[in-house]
Amino acid sequence: MLRLGVVVCVVVICFPGLWVVLAAFRPNVEIMTKPPVWIPHLTLENFEAMLGLLPNVELAIPVGHYFRNSIVASLTSTAVALLIGTMGGYAFARYRFRGKAALFVAFMLSRTIPGVALSLPLFIIWSRIGLIDTSIGLIAVYVAMNVPFTIWLTDGYFRQIPLELSEAALIDGCSRWVAFWRVEFPLARSGLASAGIFAFLTSWNEFALASLLTRSVASKTMPVGLMDYTSQFTIDWVGMCAMAVLIIVPAVVVTFILQRHLIAGLTLGAVKG
Amino acid sequence: MTVIRDPKFAPFLLLLPAIVVIVAVVLIPLLLSFYSSFTAYNLTHPETLLRWIGTRNYERLFGDPDFWWALVRTIVFLTVALNLEMLLGLGLALLVNEVTAGQRTLRTIIMFPMMFSPVLVGFQFSFLFNDNVGLIDNALISLGVIDQPIPWLVGSFSANLTIVLAEVWMSTSIFAILLLAGLFAMPKEPEEAARVDGCNGWQVFRYITLPFLMPFIYIALAIRSLDVGRAYDMVRIMTNGGPAGRTELLWTQMAKVGYQDAHMGLANAMGYVSILLSVAFTFYFYRKLVASRRYMESIA
Repeated sequence: MLRLGVVVCVVVICFPGLWVVLAAFRPNVEIMTKPPVWIPHLTLENFEAMLGLLPNVELAIPVGHYFRNSIVASLTSTAVALLIGTMGGYAFARYRFRGKAALFVAFMLSRTIPGVALSLPLFIIWSRIGLIDTSIGLIAVYVAMNVPFTIWLTDGYFRQIPLELSEAALIDGCSRWVAFWRVEFPLARSGLASAGIFAFLTSWNEFALASLLTRSVASKTMPVGLMDYTSQFTIDWVGMCAMAVLIIVPAVVVTFILQRHLIAGLTLGAVKG
Repeated sequence: MTVIRDPKFAPFLLLLPAIVVIVAVVLIPLLLSFYSSFTAYNLTHPETLLRWIGTRNYERLFGDPDFWWALVRTIVFLTVALNLEMLLGLGLALLVNEVTAGQRTLRTIIMFPMMFSPVLVGFQFSFLFNDNVGLIDNALISLGVIDQPIPWLVGSFSANLTIVLAEVWMSTSIFAILLLAGLFAMPKEPEEAARVDGCNGWQVFRYITLPFLMPFIYIALAIRSLDVGRAYDMVRIMTNGGPAGRTELLWTQMAKVGYQDAHMGLANAMGYVSILLSVAFTFYFYRKLVASRRYMESIA
């Protein structure tokens, strides 16, 4: 009974994704055939077509550019958000100051603004100051999206570290700065890793703001590029599946490398904060 | 320089970059958005940004049945989806907690949907439920259950059902992972004591496990409520609010009014309604979260 339940859950969780991955390796004719073909033929031709490797097929969608834009926007915004957010998280964890609780709530509430609602005024401002359809404009938005959650997670993590440890370092003659790097930073590394994964996944997977603030190969990201397929005359299902595989692979790789930190960071940082 | 070295200012210096970013990218745009919701701003006529029309956008909005439909649909959608996610996540966590062999692998598998972009989840489900190439209809026809494919994403009820299904598939994981962490953190003694005293499985769950898990449930709801607006991505690729507005949520309607119809002023008024909705939602769960944290500290 228990085993059956587990099998059902695993199938429901894994199957939709695997079906898309499988379709990415099948020829389009096979998908369109009636009655449906159940035994798949596998081919790499969808990926070759997508990357423009087939001599007689015109490259429909500049996936390479989109991939590069996505990588640039996600990695840069993750690095910047991690730096800024960790500083903020440290301040919340280690200092008392006026308006602390209110400021913390304000940061969290800033994260709840729906992407579309925020995009409207950003569209107006970014058009005026020339940030529309640029990676810089998108990175700025992603940094602002990721800072609050990074603050939340790192604040929880720094509070886990006993104050006595850094005080001991201070008494031994370290400066506050050295104490931070030698004592607190190494202990909080797991929290930083989990904040990093969340920031990366948020930016890598973001669609609403990217779709409204970018418009050309100069800055369009992968999730936005996926919509290119739907504006064509006939929907290229297998092409979309192939691109979907390119979107999911980096997310899976990053998550699996750091997954130990993901669970630990989320639960510890969020619960004990 | 003495000011900078004063330890009283240290927290503000550390927080300065974060504050600057949020003010520049969130607060200032929100003020502009608030202002422009009182103007007749139209994207094609930039000078209309200065044409003040008072509360006319809001009056127009609240007199528009389409807006009320979208608002009600959004609230119903969130209520149904969040409750389902919470219940299924709880069930999944209890199930995985019982498993002894391969629990780590199972936990990794549960995290799978968390890595998916909402737009990808939307694509995946419109692929599965497509009436031409979709697996669901093909399988039902091959098995002889139906003769004609069901156009899932066309009918009012079935389209909304498919969207809820996609949303639940995407977000149940986060509940399962957090509740599983709660189950791991739970001390074993109270449960054992209750069993010795003759409680059955349901009583143990109802009076011992569930009260202990409540803070974790609120944490999961608080984290989840930060991001309810991302349902826009999914709906955008699945139906884009159609057919004939049957799956229109506040967010898809807002994007259409603002960018397709160019009525930026009106769209910003809708934006403010959606922001208030999200903030109210998060604030509610955050209050619950703070209360339950205090409770946890008091028993720890």
